[in-house]
Amino acid sequence: MFVGVDVGGTNTDAVLMDGNQLAGAAKVPTTADVTGGIVQAVTELLKQHPGVQIDAVMVGTTHFTNALLERRDLAPTGVLRLCLPATQLLPPLVDWPDELREAIGGQTWMVGGGNEFDGREIASLDRDGIRDAVMDMMRRGVRAVAVCGVFSPVDPRHEEEAAALIREDAPHLRVCLSHENGRMGLLERENAAALNACLGEVAHRTVEGISLALQQLGINAPLFMSQNDGTLMDTEFASRFPVLTISSGPTNSMRGAAWLSGITDGIVVDVGGTSTDVGALVKGFPRESAVSVHLAGVRTNFRIPDMVSIALGGGTVVTPDPWRMGPESVGYRLTDEALVFGGKTLTTTDLAVAAGRADVGAGQQAAGLEPSLVERAMAEIQSRVETAVDRVKLSGEDVPVALVGGGSILLGDGLAGASEVLRPEHAGVANAIGAAIAQVGGQMERVYSLETGGRAEAIADCSAGAVRRAVAAGADPATVEVVDVEEVPLTYVPSNATLVRVRAVGNLALTGSES
Amino acid sequence: MWQATEDVLAPIATGAGILGTGGGGNPYIGQLRARQALKRWGPVTVLAPEEVPEDARVICVGGIGAPTVGIEKVRDLQSYHALRAIEEFTGERATALISNEIGGSNSVEVMIAAAKAGLPIVDADGMGRAFPEFQMKTFFVYGVPCCPMAIADEKGNSIVIRETITPAWAERLARAATIQMGCVACYAVAPMSAEQIRTTAVPNTLSLARDLGLAVQMAHDTGDDPLAAILDTCPGKVLFSGKVVDLDRRTTGGFARGTVAIDGLDDYAGSRMVIDFQNENLIAQVGGEIVCTVPDLICAVATDGGEPVTTELMRYGLRVTIVGFPAPALWTTPRGLAESGPHHFGYDTDYIPVRLDGS
Repeated sequence: MFVGVDVGGTNTDAVLMDGNQLAGAAKVPTTADVTGGIVQAVTELLKQHPGVQIDAVMVGTTHFTNALLERRDLAPTGVLRLCLPATQLLPPLVDWPDELREAIGGQTWMVGGGNEFDGREIASLDRDGIRDAVMDMMRRGVRAVAVCGVFSPVDPRHEEEAAALIREDAPHLRVCLSHENGRMGLLERENAAALNACLGEVAHRTVEGISLALQQLGINAPLFMSQNDGTLMDTEFASRFPVLTISSGPTNSMRGAAWLSGITDGIVVDVGGTSTDVGALVKGFPRESAVSVHLAGVRTNFRIPDMVSIALGGGTVVTPDPWRMGPESVGYRLTDEALVFGGKTLTTTDLAVAAGRADVGAGQQAAGLEPSLVERAMAEIQSRVETAVDRVKLSGEDVPVALVGGGSILLGDGLAGASEVLRPEHAGVANAIGAAIAQVGGQMERVYSLETGGRAEAIADCSAGAVRRAVAAGADPATVEVVDVEEVPLTYVPSNATLVRVRAVGNLALTGSES
Repeated sequence: MWQATEDVLAPIATGAGILGTGGGGNPYIGQLRARQALKRWGPVTVLAPEEVPEDARVICVGGIGAPTVGIEKVRDLQSYHALRAIEEFTGERATALISNEIGGSNSVEVMIAAAKAGLPIVDADGMGRAFPEFQMKTFFVYGVPCCPMAIADEKGNSIVIRETITPAWAERLARAATIQMGCVACYAVAPMSAEQIRTTAVPNTLSLARDLGLAVQMAHDTGDDPLAAILDTCPGKVLFSGKVVDLDRRTTGGFARGTVAIDGLDDYAGSRMVIDFQNENLIAQVGGEIVCTVPDLICAVATDGGEPVTTELMRYGLRVTIVGFPAPALWTTPRGLAESGPHHFGYDTDYIPVRLDGS
């Protein structure tokens, strides 16, 4: 059986999954050290199911990124760019907030190297320059280094060779290569590599801590961490790419909702107390955002779910005259402040009770509300959610919608644009389920000239790379399949250069587990 | 005369995005580069066209290449290198620089060269909007020779195209060289006189971009209607407002072509606008009837915020308002229209200007 754990801001949820069955669930408060909450939640599951055989534990946590926001435990990090003579006007870390740049030491070097869009070298790799830079890094106490070559997604060899040189001269340095986790966009990819480099130590310690704690509970199954794209990574990978966990929470929640409702292509509407998050599912995975993501003020191009958030939830405050619905919310104080719970604040929940959509608290408290007011509120709630659903869709076609979250009582049974509206059971632990059912994935992105090779060969080559990466990340080769192929022709380049991006996923290979 | 300092870069990027009429690409890298240049070499003086001294020698610089490559091999000082190359070839030194194009991210290239060279720039450009090809500039339409021109990369390579039989040939040769140079080159054209600037450049476009950006920013801060703020700054007309419902985008011959369909909301409910684009928006139709064509500016902005929406950012569900601005007068003469009208882009329709209310 698999254990899925989601460490949220308030609660840590754990579920026990027996194949396709939800066998058990536990909810405990999150602890500051993360590990404590995980141990408690898993202990509770083990209590419910003594002697159960656990094959793998999957944990979703965004804990690593707190170190960035608080600027603590960050390793002194250098950035080495392989680029000269190109790109000098914008040196590495140029768009970082000053405090964060200082917190990691702000040391950067640029040396000759890197590639053109078509794979030619901008300059041959400056090996002496790299050796000098490494000497300099050691003198300055750098402990981690991010290496970024121009167009390394097209040809990673300069980055790989630079890494070999660094390891020769300074084997203790933690090295992050930008092409291993990046798409086009020099600064964004370089920033991502630098964030991974400076978080490596704290990520390693956290993951080790969770591992050890699970062993002490008698669980010897392998541990995996959830990634932003809804797939898993092993602990070694997680300490090398900690930033890939930043938005695993919403991703797991959407994946769990998909699993619970049986929807693989459609929309998930998660109505909370203060806000509603709406996202699209494509083949069971959240559709990814195309826009740049800022993390602790640093621009990156991580893939996170493309979601629309609106300020509407079960605790949203309503004033009849002048008419206003939100954005203020009583939030978690709903059960004290809403009329139906004996409070004095008119909320969307009270109006839903009056409309007969919801049955919570003391209904008679809402019975005196003006029918026209109730009607107006219900219409507005409906239309705001319908607009949000429409905004995350890719076409005008009706699609199935899964409603989850405590605030989903606000909504009626129909939604414009929905072919059906499903309200799955156990939606409260959707995120932990999302962690437990995650597969293993790999992604590859390269520029191909379709004049020298054909389109089919380009896609085949890129697919092979993605599959290789999925297997390297722990997928069972027999189950790996390509789930997404994207082609982006480069404008103003008549030689038919095209960016190809392929994603492959497969089931977790359980070679390491005891049976 | 005014000073271009770091704090005008963000408004200029927004305004240039609007004037980019759907093209122009991502402004982030350009803005960051201009900021670095102004930090290192100080602010740049901007001269109104009438402030350009009689004996001035004004060199036009601009970027040429692929925006998708430019986010990876970010441009360096190519515009400065091209400037020095053309100066050396012609034996004349520039006393001021002028932008090739105000629309999109190209608007900052001139600022970087000017900051490095310590030269002023003229508040004007060769398009007053964005166009996809080098030769589509008011300078060349009104007789300024486009050659000699220099093209430079970041590696130290530069070439001069001494003479071509037509401006289109200059584009063709420059594009070929640019690809060999790695797709992020810059060019500089032989000096123009003050008289040529005053008669063939589209005036006051940098300050217009700045003012449009400031208006959007101000509306954002005060909660006012951004569209009203945009139209107060630059006379134009709301052509349509609605939701993107369909997008057909393909790349042929190196250009992004396609159509976007928008279903009307509120005042426009029940009707549909279809926009044809080739990098930039070219033809806008409502219910099959053309309401505006190139060279007038067909600009898409976010309905709730007023920020420019490029064709790359268009997607189903987006709420956009389409604003038409009259083209600069230099484009609407028979000579101007021959280079910039619908026929030039392969459409079998005449130029249909936006009709401003009360005109």
